[in-house]
Amino acid sequence: MSSHNEHKSMTLTLIVWRQKNATAQGKFDTYTAKGITEHHSFLEMLDVVNEDLIKGGKEPIMFDHDCREGICGMCSQVVNGVPHGGQERTTVCQLHMRKFKDGDTIYIEPWRARAFPIVRDLIVDRTALDTIIQAGGFTSCHTGGIPDGNAILISKPDADYAMDAAECIGCGACAAACPNSAAMLFTSAKVAQLAALPQGKPEASVRVKKMLDAHKECGFGNCSNHYECQAACPKGINVKFIAKLNREYLKAQFA
Amino acid sequence: MNFLKSSVGRKVLMAITGQLMVLFVVVHLLGNSTIFIGLINSYAEHLHSLGPFVWVFRLALLAMVLTHAYYGIQVTLENRAATPQKYAVNRQLKVSLAGSSMIWTGLTLACFIIYHLCHFTARLTSDVAGFAGQVPGDVYRMLVTSFSHGLTVFVYVAAMAALCLHLFHGIQSFFQTMGWNSECSLPLFSKLGKAVAVIVLLGYGSIPVAILAGILS
Ligand code: HEM
Ligand code: SF4
Ligand code: FES
Repeated sequence: MSSHNEHKSMTLTLIVWRQKNATAQGKFDTYTAKGITEHHSFLEMLDVVNEDLIKGGKEPIMFDHDCREGICGMCSQVVNGVPHGGQERTTVCQLHMRKFKDGDTIYIEPWRARAFPIVRDLIVDRTALDTIIQAGGFTSCHTGGIPDGNAILISKPDADYAMDAAECIGCGACAAACPNSAAMLFTSAKVAQLAALPQGKPEASVRVKKMLDAHKECGFGNCSNHYECQAACPKGINVKFIAKLNREYLKAQFA
Repeated sequence: MNFLKSSVGRKVLMAITGQLMVLFVVVHLLGNSTIFIGLINSYAEHLHSLGPFVWVFRLALLAMVLTHAYYGIQVTLENRAATPQKYAVNRQLKVSLAGSSMIWTGLTLACFIIYHLCHFTARLTSDVAGFAGQVPGDVYRMLVTSFSHGLTVFVYVAAMAALCLHLFHGIQSFFQTMGWNSECSLPLFSKLGKAVAVIVLLGYGSIPVAILAGILS
């Protein structure tokens, strides 16, 4: 950490989407963020702005967040046209202000998709992602004694593959980035994770069909293989899982 | 949900019909290229000697175009409906011009296919009226007559540019939709698709251009 940076403070112009509730008409408002250092995270920068707003008797900018360490998937902001701000494999809570320069203008918008209705300002309702998981993103198991850890052998490549898919934190940036608002990367991550494991195989064909049905019924679009999702995904989920989903769906036609 | 309603099911149908049309496009190009070695007339006669099979092929192609276009339009309309509100700022990291213009290049191809059939198959346009009714007749002469008009050459080259763009995105998309991609094959298929797309443009484009330039006469 070089000492001269410690004194540097930035002033930024924020153009933020404000919307009272799901049905209200939203609009952009402009704010000035003062006293921001390069060590602030993006959300901390908003905290600073919100403190000023609250002191001034104004409504703070509402946004979703929880862990602020890139693991929960709650934060959800489109920063200058890219969900999570466009830094590779980074959630917006882990984006730091050193990525910006003094005097920058920053557009902040909520996820936009028919399946993600706006709750307020930058907060959207992502129940649709839960609906997709509830449709089949699980393995059914009978309760009973504790299973023997080594009873089911899983090869290292299969375990790695499943773990890579399981990295999805369910943030919805894939659908927010997709020009068709398809949540296919999200759906495929769960389908692929479970289809790779012996515990998930018995229900694989029912699962992929039900999850795809739910995906459509929630109002997401269809995948056009643009791969914008992978570029925006903070966990770097690979589109090979979408190919796997397509394969699983085709297999399911004969099951 | 039935295969023909599901998101992936319809895409698979589009991918298969699209890829079969790509195969046709490549074979058709090989056939047309016989013009450069002076064999296009005998190639045309060979094709027509297949008799009823010509019609089987034509109907199969028609079914493919119609299926592909029907689902292409349907899926695109759904995708638009799924994104009712656009971003004020939209910086796309991966979406390409070819990818985002699929519906427009596709519809251009639909118009071109109708024109092309009226032109060289049915010979309804005035420039080839003299060749109407001959099956297949002097195809070489017909092409030379027709492509001596700059506007006709422009229309054909423009249509092939649309096809090139469509396939630039479409061929790699086919492999992904069929589920045949892995992390390492995707960039390879993507390059392959782009190469085929450019070959199609250069190959088809070279014929009218060569005629207009007087290389074939
Ligand atoms: C007749 C008019 C046509 C229309 C309206 C049309 C429309 C479309 C559209 C909208 C897509 C993208 C669908 C999506 O992913 O969202 C597409 C994909 C594709 N098209 Fe066409 N197209 C037409 C003709 C053709 C022709 C003549 C060929 C081949 C020579 C072709 C080959 C392909 C291929 C290979 C794909 C990728 C399939 C996939 O999604 O995996 N299309 N078409
Ligand atoms: S696939 Fe990536 S972008 Fe999509 S929900 Fe999961 S973590 Fe978020
Ligand atoms: S707040 Fe948990 S991932 Fe960003």
